[in-house]
Amino acid sequence: MSEITNLVKSLAEKHGRYQESLLPILQGVIEQQKFLSEEAMVEIARELDISAARVFGTASFYSFLNTRPLGQYVIRVCRTITCMMHGKNQIIQELEKCLKIKLGETTLDGKFTLLETNCLGQCHKGPAMLVNDEPYTQLTPEKVRDIIQSLKMNEASKLSNPDLN
Amino acid sequence: MSKINLVIDHIQVSVESGSTILEAAKKMNIKIPTLCHHEDLCVAGNCRVCMVEQVGSDRLLPSCATPAAEGMEILTNSLKVRNARKSVIELLVSEHRAECTRCYKNGTCELQHLSSEYLIGEDSLIDLVPLKEFTIDYFSPSIIKDDSKCIRCQRCVRSCDQLQNIGALSVAYKGQKMKIASFFEKPMYEVVCTNCGQCVNRCPTGALIERNYIDEVWSAINDPQKHLVVQTAPAVRIALGEALGMEPGKIVTGKMVAALRRLGFDSVLDTDFSADLTIIEEGNELLQRLKGALVDKDPNVKLPMTTSCSPGWIKYIEHMYPQLLGNVSTAKSPQQMFGALAKTYYANKINVEPENMVSVSVMPCTAKKYEANRPEMHSSGYKDVDLVLTTRELARMIQQAGIDFLALENEEYDSIMGMSTGAAVIFGATGGVMEAALRTAYEVVTGRDVPFDGLNILPVRGMEEVKEASIKIENPLPAWAFLDGVELKTCVAHGLANAKKVMDRVVKGEANYHFIEIMACPGGCLGGGGQPIPTNKEIREKRTRAIYEEDAGKPIRKSHENPEVIKIYDEFLVKPLGHKSHELLHTSYTERNRY
Repeated sequence: MSEITNLVKSLAEKHGRYQESLLPILQGVIEQQKFLSEEAMVEIARELDISAARVFGTASFYSFLNTRPLGQYVIRVCRTITCMMHGKNQIIQELEKCLKIKLGETTLDGKFTLLETNCLGQCHKGPAMLVNDEPYTQLTPEKVRDIIQSLKMNEASKLSNPDLN
Repeated sequence: MSKINLVIDHIQVSVESGSTILEAAKKMNIKIPTLCHHEDLCVAGNCRVCMVEQVGSDRLLPSCATPAAEGMEILTNSLKVRNARKSVIELLVSEHRAECTRCYKNGTCELQHLSSEYLIGEDSLIDLVPLKEFTIDYFSPSIIKDDSKCIRCQRCVRSCDQLQNIGALSVAYKGQKMKIASFFEKPMYEVVCTNCGQCVNRCPTGALIERNYIDEVWSAINDPQKHLVVQTAPAVRIALGEALGMEPGKIVTGKMVAALRRLGFDSVLDTDFSADLTIIEEGNELLQRLKGALVDKDPNVKLPMTTSCSPGWIKYIEHMYPQLLGNVSTAKSPQQMFGALAKTYYANKINVEPENMVSVSVMPCTAKKYEANRPEMHSSGYKDVDLVLTTRELARMIQQAGIDFLALENEEYDSIMGMSTGAAVIFGATGGVMEAALRTAYEVVTGRDVPFDGLNILPVRGMEEVKEASIKIENPLPAWAFLDGVELKTCVAHGLANAKKVMDRVVKGEANYHFIEIMACPGGCLGGGGQPIPTNKEIREKRTRAIYEEDAGKPIRKSHENPEVIKIYDEFLVKPLGHKSHELLHTSYTERNRY
């Protein structure tokens, strides 16, 4: 049995083979695998005896249940109206320049993915973005450069000091 | 049951408790428009076209989803209601690619009817279609899925979930991006979709339609080099009339044959002939398996054996129970048996080169289109069945040809391969194949008629979800002595949701059947996805009655007594399960993925 089959099986054991276990199982797979592969969804469908399209439909409803592989750092810039009025377009432009990718893409080295998201609840401090689970607010193009720089440095230091991992 | 009194449009009405406002209005012959509502499916309440006003309440109510309550005062046609409905229809149309004059559903589209009824203006709302990147899935030989015409009523999702328990389609994404999607939005022919067409039969717009081959058939008819052979499935003759202005439940066999001749088909033949042949092959296969299991104790013999006539069922089991493919009868469906024989036996008989023959079938079924396109269905050396039309497409062709169908005189099928028995006719109803097989198998084994009054095996008839019947075999002929005292256990399921219930029990080893009949569509082929729209419970029952009427009226009612079937074994096939049969009449199946 493949790794994913075992993971899904153990999650199904843990949460029970009910329709309402679908979300916790999907979240469990995301925790381990970062994204939901076709194979994972088919296995979940098999375990819960539901259709694979239903699993896909549910996963696609939730922004944080990724259905494709994403970078190590997933950057989600708030696209809703307050952040838009506070200059989120320039923020995205800056991010695209720093990372040399377009919105929706992942850097070739697999480190960064740039996405938009709906309201993060930081309207009073817009523009805002999330990097993985960490919110960053009152962004300026300069701040964005610093954040990306430090994330890259962070990576570089991890590489030179593997013990810190 | 207690009654509830309410007033609808100032008229007092009393309905059973639990009825919806929509049902109460229907009882009074007041028509409330609906889109997402369908009698066969659960309440969705998402289209908001059926809104009505409750006097004294600000908010409008969806009549399909609101139970009638004591003392309610409902207005179904107030100005407020009309305005709301009109807005709803305008909103739906603004996201619908309304190319009505070029649409396959032109004239039969429910959204079009409503737009016309409510006089939707040309420029009512901005057309949002050009702003959305819609997908049109044109790859399947059976079904075209055009998201640009989808109004997201989810009748298709509910058909696939509730009637069939397949779930090939689901609601995906959210908000303005919400759409009806297959697994990872893959093309329909790659996913678990069985092509049964129950969604096509229920889609109110042109978002899910059958792929039609009307023009291809006209071209072939027009080609003087080609000899056109047409076969008609059992369930077409009891439903075709509906699409041509007749009441449900009318048998129109003779008129249909006449119409096909008028359209220009050179040989008008009957799938019922090959249905009889299917019974001989499949019945013998069952007896062979029983012998293998009971006498030879061969562990490789798979029982229970299931039927293989329904192409929706075949694709379903290939996806969902690949480990049970050995249990499926290897006999081809009647359509494909017919196709293989048309371009061999029949072509030879009438002296036509098979490459000059175009073999057309008329089926109640959209999955038959996929079946005819399977790569293995070339056993005549050519594509065995070239073009598959649904009942609806044939009706359309008859209209195009300007034929007054109701005025046609009855005509008879051509011979050979046009003669059939009552056993073949009932293939069109759930339980029919089982009944036909038992009529033959019992007689083969015992030399006597099945022990049921007038050959009518009532336990396998009717609309019950899963039916069971058993026959005890007593005093068999010497060759079948090993079956003496054996109780032949059978099971019949229709609709894939019911098929799943049975197959889950087979997997768990809880089912001790010998023979299982499965038809993918509710009610069997008479409720097929290619049948006239609407199809619902009431109409399925009327069609069923017509099928058994046709059976009872047939002079011969047992497949093995069909003179043309006897003849084809004498002249060509030699014996059931023989070499020729294996070459032409049997097939194999493919394991497929679970999405």
